[in-house]
Amino acid sequence: MSDAERPMDDHVPGEEEGFEPIQVFPEAEEMDLRPGADNCYKCSTCDTNCPVAEVDDEFPGPKFQGPEQWRLKRQEDHDIDDSVMKCSNCMRCDSACPSEVPLSQMHNTARAEYVEENMSTFSREYLRNRMLSNYRTLAPLAATFPRTANFVMGLSVTKWMGEKVLGITSEREFPEFAKTTFREWWSDRGGAKVENEDKRIAYFHGCYSNYNTTEVAKALVRVYEHFGYEVMVPEQACSGTPMFANGMLDDARRAAETNVRELAAAIEDGADIVASCSSCSMSIRQEYPELFDFEGTEEVAENTWDAVEYLRVNEDLEGALEGTEVEDANFAYHAPCHSRNQGLDGQTIEVMSAIDGIEAEDVGKSCSGISGTYGWKEENYETSMKIGEEMFEHMEEADATTGLTECPTCSMQMEHGTGYEIRHTLQVLEAALLGTELEAT
Amino acid sequence: MAIEDDVLVIGGGLAGTTAALAAAAEGAQVRLVTHKQSTLRHASGLIDILGYTPEGDGPIVDPYEALAALPEGHPYERVGTDAVRDALSFFDEIAGDEYAGSHTEANALVPTHGGTVKPTARYPSSTAAGLASLPEDTLLVGFETLSDFDAPLAASHLEAAGAPFTARGVTVPFPGIVRDDAKINRYAHLLDREETVQTGAGETSARDALAATVEPHLEGEPRVGFPAIMGDEHPAEVRADLEDALGVDVFEVPMGPPSLPGMRLEDLMYDALKDAGVRITSGVPVVDYERDGGAIDHVLVDRHGQEIPHRADQYVLATGGLVGKGVRSERERVFEPIFDCYVPHAADRYDWFVEDVFGEQPYARFGLVPDRELRPLDADDEPEFSNLRAVGAVLGGYDYAAEKSGAGVSLATGYVAGGRAGAEASG
Repeated sequence: MSDAERPMDDHVPGEEEGFEPIQVFPEAEEMDLRPGADNCYKCSTCDTNCPVAEVDDEFPGPKFQGPEQWRLKRQEDHDIDDSVMKCSNCMRCDSACPSEVPLSQMHNTARAEYVEENMSTFSREYLRNRMLSNYRTLAPLAATFPRTANFVMGLSVTKWMGEKVLGITSEREFPEFAKTTFREWWSDRGGAKVENEDKRIAYFHGCYSNYNTTEVAKALVRVYEHFGYEVMVPEQACSGTPMFANGMLDDARRAAETNVRELAAAIEDGADIVASCSSCSMSIRQEYPELFDFEGTEEVAENTWDAVEYLRVNEDLEGALEGTEVEDANFAYHAPCHSRNQGLDGQTIEVMSAIDGIEAEDVGKSCSGISGTYGWKEENYETSMKIGEEMFEHMEEADATTGLTECPTCSMQMEHGTGYEIRHTLQVLEAALLGTELEAT
Repeated sequence: MAIEDDVLVIGGGLAGTTAALAAAAEGAQVRLVTHKQSTLRHASGLIDILGYTPEGDGPIVDPYEALAALPEGHPYERVGTDAVRDALSFFDEIAGDEYAGSHTEANALVPTHGGTVKPTARYPSSTAAGLASLPEDTLLVGFETLSDFDAPLAASHLEAAGAPFTARGVTVPFPGIVRDDAKINRYAHLLDREETVQTGAGETSARDALAATVEPHLEGEPRVGFPAIMGDEHPAEVRADLEDALGVDVFEVPMGPPSLPGMRLEDLMYDALKDAGVRITSGVPVVDYERDGGAIDHVLVDRHGQEIPHRADQYVLATGGLVGKGVRSERERVFEPIFDCYVPHAADRYDWFVEDVFGEQPYARFGLVPDRELRPLDADDEPEFSNLRAVGAVLGGYDYAAEKSGAGVSLATGYVAGGRAGAEASG
């Protein structure tokens, strides 16, 4: 609805049934940036939503990384530009685009091509990125010796080595590993406490709530059992989000294959899939179908839900919360980018308003700036903190000293920038519905 | 079970947010569902009512007087002149100090980035000192790295357009920006956050550095115009600091898309929605609906694969026109994609446009035909649904780009439809 420009025809050739488009680019194959590029009319709205471009003069922005890079690539002597590694995969450009260009899909594809063709597998950066994105494979070792791991990770010499040798910033505190993982706790308690053929969910807990914030995963189990659900905890690999963000598409493909297989089997058993981490649900719902075509990918994507959203739609969650109370709980709520992209940014505030004694204030639309592994890299730390500054300020202005969010890395950044303790929405629901204390994560 | 509210507004631009606020003011529980970011980010941020008649006469001095002469079927004719006045007052209350122009019913003339002047009813306070009707000499400042604003060219256009003052333009580097295609909010961020920048004279804050760059170019002009990139969160503070440092009035010149004044207007409306307790679901489209007799029972919101039912008593469609994709076209037809409401258009697509680019383009008027309640009508002039109203650019029968009436129609129809939907749902 520009009042400066005249409207244009948004017709996309090939939409009609029976119309056979001519194959203009016969060499188009798997790693093709083209889908949707022609719909970009260069309004640059995506660029004004990019948290990285806003603070980093060197980053050319999502419009360049997607549609323009594709056009450049038509000239054969152009490689993918190395700036694609500065994209944090927040995916804000997707919902910014008024023309439905699949920007983040293009970025994921470009990043994978860049890493495959332009980054040495012996480089420090590659090793570091591979290690960060495969946190899942290192975590079991640390979780086996959590005290040692927490001690070693906290040592200044480790941090110094991390920064000098691997390029992992020494500014951050490594997340503590739980003394008992969620899966250990789950098998110790003997699995599901409720059996129910008609109400069954398979929980995709992701890595972080298994190895680090196990209270979130336990809260999910207790809340769902409270509503009479049988909870299944299928085998699972990392959702792939950190791998997409680092261009490690082969690693992501392997992980996705496991997840699709296991989750499809759970759907066969009559379960819907729920996730407590917004990046995990985003990945399975959007990125899998965009990037992979294993058998069952679409079915798994279509049957995956955010844990709170599922209860809102399938149960009378607000009704159940009516009359419940959590004493003196004031929260500064930050909606993660990957919740926004799923249309879930208003959800937590709506649900909280049904509980007595809780004040939850949305601290606005800014990105937290950490974006998974992004803010852990030495070269990105400063950018990450500059992006987060607005959120830190808004949190401090809010009448609360506890933060609230559904994303584990946003929560790290919130804590890092303000010193506040952070809770997950599910923990608050657990406290309200089961009358338990709100524990620190 | 469905997510339930009294009123559901589909679309998050100026029309949709106004409708949601008007419905909430009637005491209804309102939800606003918006898919992609609204095209408010493409908009100048100026609130125009009517700048030119449909015949192209103008600029119009008194838009309210001109409203009476509009043809039947024009959205303003549907809601009536009083509703337009009420809607503007409603907007004035939301905007407070952030907008000016409510002291008169006459149109103001605001210089834009091309050096043209736009007749408009309300304008951001940041543009107030730049009005073309003020007979004060003007210096326009452009930046080497911001190609969308050529200050010397804009200045000579202004003079050629008969502005009652001398206008001069200079182009300077923007301290702290190196990139040739830096994003506009990169500039805004530097000024907002008073970041430290490197200049020839050493390190200094962004606002001081900018003032120091511009100061030597002043030749006694009492006002200086910058492109509208002067801050995002704290534009008033940025402008005040520059005014202090330069000792002259400072104003912003509205720019093309993406536009910071458009984004600030969006922020203004969304802050008001938050205060009014309107629930917002964003980033996901409404894709389908279920009918209950002659009414809409519920709509389906596609949340990445999950189709979530959302039910309300009353629905308001505010999905925009061809650019916002509330009206879409294929080779054979023009259509409204959610409810498939009737959109009149010629059967032959070669009749959808005329050869003269600046001629009266039929496609510019494509949209839904409403009754006086703003309910979209089908081909037989019957309401498509008893509980659906349509507002803003999804409506047909007017050419907002030629008339300069986009914001006014959005406000007036949003205000009327939202108010009625709210009253019916809570009454």
